[in-house]
Amino acid sequence: MRVRRGAFTLDVDLSAAAGETVAVLGPNGAGKTTLLRALAGLDEMEGRVVLDGEVLEDTGRGVHVPAERRHAGLVFQDHILFPHLTVLENVAFGLRAQRRPQPAAVARAWLADAGLGERAEAMPRALSGGQAQRVALLRALATEPRLLLLDEPLSALDVSIRAEVRRELSRQLASFQGVRLLVTHDPLEAMALADRLVVLEQGSVVQSGAPDEVTARPRSRFVADLAGVNLLRGHANGDHVTLIGDALVAAADAGSGDVFAVIHPRAVALYRTRPDGTPRNVWHGRVDSVDLYGDRVRVRVAGPVPLVAEVTRAAVRELGLAAGADVWMAVKATEVAVYPA
Amino acid sequence: MIKRALAVTSLVLVAACGQPAPAAGPARTTLTVFAAASVQPAFDKIGLKLQNTRNIVTTFSYAGTQTLTTQLTQGAPADVFASADTAHMTTIESAGLIRGQSVLFGHNRLEIAVARGNPKGIHALADLARSGLVVVLADPSVPAGKYAQQALAKAKVTVHAASLEQQVTGVLSKVALGEADAGIVYVSDIVTSGQVDGVAIPDAQNVVADYPIAIVKGTQNLSAATAFVDLVLSTNGQAILRAAGFEGV
Amino acid sequence: MRRAKTPAAIGILAALGLLLFLLPMAGLIIRAPWSQALGELADPTTTTALGLSIFCSLTATGIALVLGVPLAMILARTRGTLRNILRALTTLPMVLPPVVGGVALLLAFGRRGLVGSLLYQAFGIQIPFTTAAAVMAETFVSMPFLVIAVEAGLRSLDHRYEEAARSLGAGYWRVFTRVTLPLLRPAIFSGAVLCWARALGEFGATITFAGNFPGRTQTVPIAVYLALETKPDAAITLSLILLVVSVAILVGMRDRWLGAL
Repeated sequence: MRVRRGAFTLDVDLSAAAGETVAVLGPNGAGKTTLLRALAGLDEMEGRVVLDGEVLEDTGRGVHVPAERRHAGLVFQDHILFPHLTVLENVAFGLRAQRRPQPAAVARAWLADAGLGERAEAMPRALSGGQAQRVALLRALATEPRLLLLDEPLSALDVSIRAEVRRELSRQLASFQGVRLLVTHDPLEAMALADRLVVLEQGSVVQSGAPDEVTARPRSRFVADLAGVNLLRGHANGDHVTLIGDALVAAADAGSGDVFAVIHPRAVALYRTRPDGTPRNVWHGRVDSVDLYGDRVRVRVAGPVPLVAEVTRAAVRELGLAAGADVWMAVKATEVAVYPA
Repeated sequence: MIKRALAVTSLVLVAACGQPAPAAGPARTTLTVFAAASVQPAFDKIGLKLQNTRNIVTTFSYAGTQTLTTQLTQGAPADVFASADTAHMTTIESAGLIRGQSVLFGHNRLEIAVARGNPKGIHALADLARSGLVVVLADPSVPAGKYAQQALAKAKVTVHAASLEQQVTGVLSKVALGEADAGIVYVSDIVTSGQVDGVAIPDAQNVVADYPIAIVKGTQNLSAATAFVDLVLSTNGQAILRAAGFEGV
Repeated sequence: MRRAKTPAAIGILAALGLLLFLLPMAGLIIRAPWSQALGELADPTTTTALGLSIFCSLTATGIALVLGVPLAMILARTRGTLRNILRALTTLPMVLPPVVGGVALLLAFGRRGLVGSLLYQAFGIQIPFTTAAAVMAETFVSMPFLVIAVEAGLRSLDHRYEEAARSLGAGYWRVFTRVTLPLLRPAIFSGAVLCWARALGEFGATITFAGNFPGRTQTVPIAVYLALETKPDAAITLSLILLVVSVAILVGMRDRWLGAL
């Protein structure tokens, strides 16, 4: 499908199976919400959407099933519970709209199952953020949709309650039969909930696969940052990779052609003077920033080969590493993982 | 709302108060005249004559006599007051707002106003009682309205008016606009209008309206006021009034 | 919280503004002929005018609601030049002097009016001088208040509520009646009250288009205007009644009014 929003175009080819949670991950502005809204039928798009064999959208043939007939449950970031209806009526809304039998009883059952039974008569504004979001999820699930669309369901919540709601979400999703599409910019959310990860950047899919695969072999800075590794791009030639900018990275079994080279921060050693030793990769650089992560320190070094090194606090103190300091980096060729781009 | 009514009144008061500042050059006097709506065409001409002969610029405030009376009693500044009946002039006199005595300057009679060509074929007051006819009268609080009621009583006719207007000119305009089939106005209104036809009311049923004029006490322009009143009563003034459909004194 | 101290100038200006409102009210209350007030209230002219005013203003508000809410919805959804044109049209009656409005109504609906002439010739229907005309005049001047209030309410509505409802399977009417309207209630309410207040006080357009006749078109403002010249005490009493009604509305609305606006 293709969606145009001003100067931005989302161009995506995506498929998801029943019982599968697909997380669409990407930085803000990547087009994730646009994708979701187009799938829900709320925004215009160009292309084709097929759900369970039913064509929901086919621009070529002029088919467009309106949002209210798609049976796609939508969960917003800030719950968007109807403020003038009770929790029970909120959950029952879809049931009544679709003329299901016993809407109140069914809604009550869903609430009880989620442990929110005694909040049934409360108004949305009396709920906590986490409770409201859970009710929003129930509201969408109660109608037993074929497709569940979640728009950054946890990002509006306090970090402290996110874990609890994520667990609940996970539990509910596990027993949900249909297709689930979740969009988020939070890698933790994606990793915890997804069966399959789709990385979206600037309107296009840059990577897709199981979460572990994707982070093991990142294909974009975003994913690399997510996985916490250094990502370099260049042209391989047997035992080395030439980066854009002509710096050389020695790597074992580099292969040939366009490649990504991944170096774990732990594999980067720092020196105040040029080291002499086995490491084939030795580069000069300047310290950009020094960040504390518990007992470890991440030192960002700028230079022909920009890298993040992970060292101990003691090391930082001994070497006197601070922003602006001159520094040499060394990486063993065997520590450089290369894979085709 | 009341606010609006009071606002309208105060706006009129402000307008009436506004006297043009004396212009540079030969000393020019200004005069404020409050006059009944029905005398407008005649008084406008008289005012012009006064300007040409005596260099006095007159500002007129025309309204239903009852409106002017209220304004004067509330303290609106005016130099001359011309009323459409003696009752209102008496009210002003009793309030001690007149300088000297009031003088009659003209008479008027009533006439039935109808659309051009008299399409509804109205020929007498009795016809006004016809069902389906839209008849507009002036409110009884207005002199013209009061007179109309008297005339109708004399003719023993009951009219179901569609509206009771604030000023006799309101009655005229409704007939002229085609909204009303007939209305009772002054002879002078029909003469000066040119947009409606008139159906005479026989003297036996008609009412003679007396128009008194007086100088307001506390006027700052005594000589100009006197000049105005004199002109109204003079041969020239009376000729203008007669041309406008009034009967002279 | 410690605010910066309000400068004296602001306080003085505010006090002057307050005086401008207070003094006329005070004048009305203090000079009112309280002993005769009750007697005046029983006067048929008074009760007729009051009854007519209430009937006409409520009817006008009703019409404004039925026509104004959809109009506000259209306005809220249009953009650009079209919206500017529509907006100008709907707010014109607010800016137009009421008497001018009355004249315009005559030219449209009078016996020789654009539409009025057709009605008269085809069906013998005449609108001026009828109670319907009074209602029309009041609707003309007061509906813009409702439209503006509701449009503002619509624009500030988070459209995700409607989207959530649609995603749950609600069709157009269900979304409108179960989600949009309830969420709009404060705006509709305050708009309706403003509309009613304006309709109640309408004078210029009514007297021009509907004329003046007791029991048929003589509303309270017109009755006050007339009475002012002949029976000032009755005028003051009527004015007082209207003042009491207005205060009652304002007190009843309190925060709801200010909040929704």
